[in-house]
Amino acid sequence: MHIVVCVKQVPDTKIIKINPKTNTLDRRSAPAILNPYDAHAVQEAVRIKNLTGGTVSVLSMGPPQAVAVIKKSIEIGADRGFLISDRAFAGADTLATSYALSKALEKISMDLEVDMVICGKHAIDGDTGQVGPGIARRLDIPPITNVIEVTRINLPEGNLIVKRKQISGYELIQSELPCLLTVEKDINDIEYAPMPNMIKAARYEPVVWSVSDLGEVDRKQLGLKGSPTIVGKMFTPPKLEGGKMIEGALEEQLNELMDILMERKDLFSFNNSK
Amino acid sequence: MPEKFDVIIVGAGPAGTSCAFVCAKNGLNVLLIERGEYPGSKNVMGGVLYRKQMEELIPEFWKEAPLERPVIEQRFWMMDKESVVQFGYKGLEWGQEPYNNFTVLRAQFDQWFAQKAVEAGALLVNETVVTECLVEDGKVVGVRTDRPDGDVFADVVVLADGVNSLLGKQLGFHKEFRPDEVALTVMEVINLSKDKINERFNLSENQGCTIEIFGDSTKGNLGTAFLYTNKDSLNIGVGTTLSSMIKAKLKPYELLDYLKTHPMVKPFLEGGESAEYLAHLIPEGGYRSVPKVAGNGVVVVGDAAQLVNAIHREGSNMAMASGKMAAETIILAKHEGDFSESSLNRYREELYGSFIMKDLEKYKDATHVFEKYPQYLRDYVPMVNRAASKFFTVDGTPKKDKQKEIMRSVTGEKGTIRVLKDIYRAWKAVK
Ligand SMILES: Cc1cc2nc3c(=O)[nH]c(=O)nc-3n(C[C@H](O)[C@H](O)[C@H](O)COP(=O)(O)OP(=O)(O)OC[C@H]3O[C@@H](n4cnc5c(N)ncnc54)[C@H](O)[C@@H]3O)c2cc1C
Repeated sequence: MHIVVCVKQVPDTKIIKINPKTNTLDRRSAPAILNPYDAHAVQEAVRIKNLTGGTVSVLSMGPPQAVAVIKKSIEIGADRGFLISDRAFAGADTLATSYALSKALEKISMDLEVDMVICGKHAIDGDTGQVGPGIARRLDIPPITNVIEVTRINLPEGNLIVKRKQISGYELIQSELPCLLTVEKDINDIEYAPMPNMIKAARYEPVVWSVSDLGEVDRKQLGLKGSPTIVGKMFTPPKLEGGKMIEGALEEQLNELMDILMERKDLFSFNNSK
Repeated sequence: MPEKFDVIIVGAGPAGTSCAFVCAKNGLNVLLIERGEYPGSKNVMGGVLYRKQMEELIPEFWKEAPLERPVIEQRFWMMDKESVVQFGYKGLEWGQEPYNNFTVLRAQFDQWFAQKAVEAGALLVNETVVTECLVEDGKVVGVRTDRPDGDVFADVVVLADGVNSLLGKQLGFHKEFRPDEVALTVMEVINLSKDKINERFNLSENQGCTIEIFGDSTKGNLGTAFLYTNKDSLNIGVGTTLSSMIKAKLKPYELLDYLKTHPMVKPFLEGGESAEYLAHLIPEGGYRSVPKVAGNGVVVVGDAAQLVNAIHREGSNMAMASGKMAAETIILAKHEGDFSESSLNRYREELYGSFIMKDLEKYKDATHVFEKYPQYLRDYVPMVNRAASKFFTVDGTPKKDKQKEIMRSVTGEKGTIRVLKDIYRAWKAVK
């Protein structure tokens, strides 16, 4: 079983500041980290590998510093990593990104056929969640998003069953392999990596590919040129005003809340009749 | 099969990183283990980095290291409640290559320095705590970490784990600190615009200033405070020996608040925004507190070996120098294939022959004297302030009479003999 996990280096948005004048993310204000959802994606791939045997590869597109997230993935237990890094990729939106990554995946697959691709649900710096499905579409494999559990893998028959989160509940899905999953954080807990992985990661140097290493590529579909998305505006959501903080013991809080709700005419029909 | 390295270094502060850098440069197989998220993430320093010892490792480091400002002015304050007597030196030659020293923020500096060791070939593993040294037949053979499959082996383990060296204690090299052997320091990083800093400290672009503050900064207790300029922030901190703190029932953060609102200090900070609050111990026992620094398969460097000159606030430079000396000994030991205590004791000899132990020996009584006789900071600083005030107040008294009056008031308060004794004692401690 060969699983490829797509990972992204993102600024830690828990810390990042938005420049109030230009309304853009001030990327220097926050340390770069492995996108948290992607960390769970790697962990899940490693968990599956430990059950079925095989190889976990990670793939990232980014500047040379993005090697750090590949090393982080090796710590979690990935076997090898690929970074595609080139000026030509710069400024890519989700369309151009999924194109570039799918090209790299094709190349990886030529060497060792890929049975499954896993991505995080979305990257915390863009929140679009489009790259995973975009890759699946281009590779013509089924995308299954918001996965919270890989329930069963049936290698001989070449299929798997996963549980996905829906707004109103859960869904169990059976899909053929290869397929692409995007995962939620609930799918697993990141394990404290064993020491040999840490040493391996410290030593690891990933394969770095430029555009010309990817074989036949339509350069018009890469980077800024291949990106029709225009960011109209970025802003911090306005602080909600008003409201009332209910304090006290739980019982008191509940009573007060009920009193408030009961007084709201529009909430309960029996109040309307008055 | 767990891996075996030539050297495992515990702690990526200035001591450990220097050692890793030199060992790796010389082709040794080095593992550097750091418990922080990255080197420097937990480290605390007032912020003065000395050029000399750093330059011996990386020539012209100032061209690429993340430094804040070259220090061109050093001020010393003897501060009373509403006054201060100051002296200092400002020299433009310190603003040019090769510079004298720099202010730094350790979170950035340590990370950069560790990266240099990695480029030289050392392996750096972060977010990993070494929980104990592995000992076999009286010889340290490796370390145990808090990770699964956590044991790693090496010919030599270097303890660079900082002031409260738990590993040194585990090996019996260290005893628990006595409260007068260690100072507790708290410090705050305060963001302030570059322009405001330059204006308030009378500096130009890329010029820095340090102020050491004695006296009321510690409410007369044994210790000091400091105020240093970064690019667009200030480091302000204060510390006293743990014993003084206990005796005077001081709380460190209260002391820092007191300092920040002191009328002599407050104007420098006004409008600044608190960015970070840190607390850390400083080993101040000096010469007599230096533990055993070499054993079978193990050496101790930097703060872990208590190598700090409290009087001159030098620590990071001693850490670097000791790390380098340890590395040189380890390289020799590797050539000879002998990692016994007697082989590694070469490091001890180097250390005792160097400026580090000579400086520590020179001041070996200083902290103890100042601890035992608290009058220096408590009584003499205010006295000097009163004398200066009297001397510089123009009130029609002839200067000669003023001098007499000042002398009288000094000896009158304490008695001539006691004052002379105090002066002699202090002179002896630092001569
Ligand atoms: C407030 C303050 C102001 C100071 N001002 C100055 C100054 O202006 N100039 C100056 O030269 N010196 C100054 N010093 C002293 C200076 O900071 C120290 O002497 C210096 O940092 C010592 O370096 P080190 O590498 O020995 O230890 P540290 O810098 O303390 O590094 C020890 C490292 O080991 C790691 N570690 C510890 N235990 C473990 C473990 N079990 N496993 C893995 N990793 C571990 C720590 O995370 C840390 O990174 C100051 C100190 C303080 C507290």
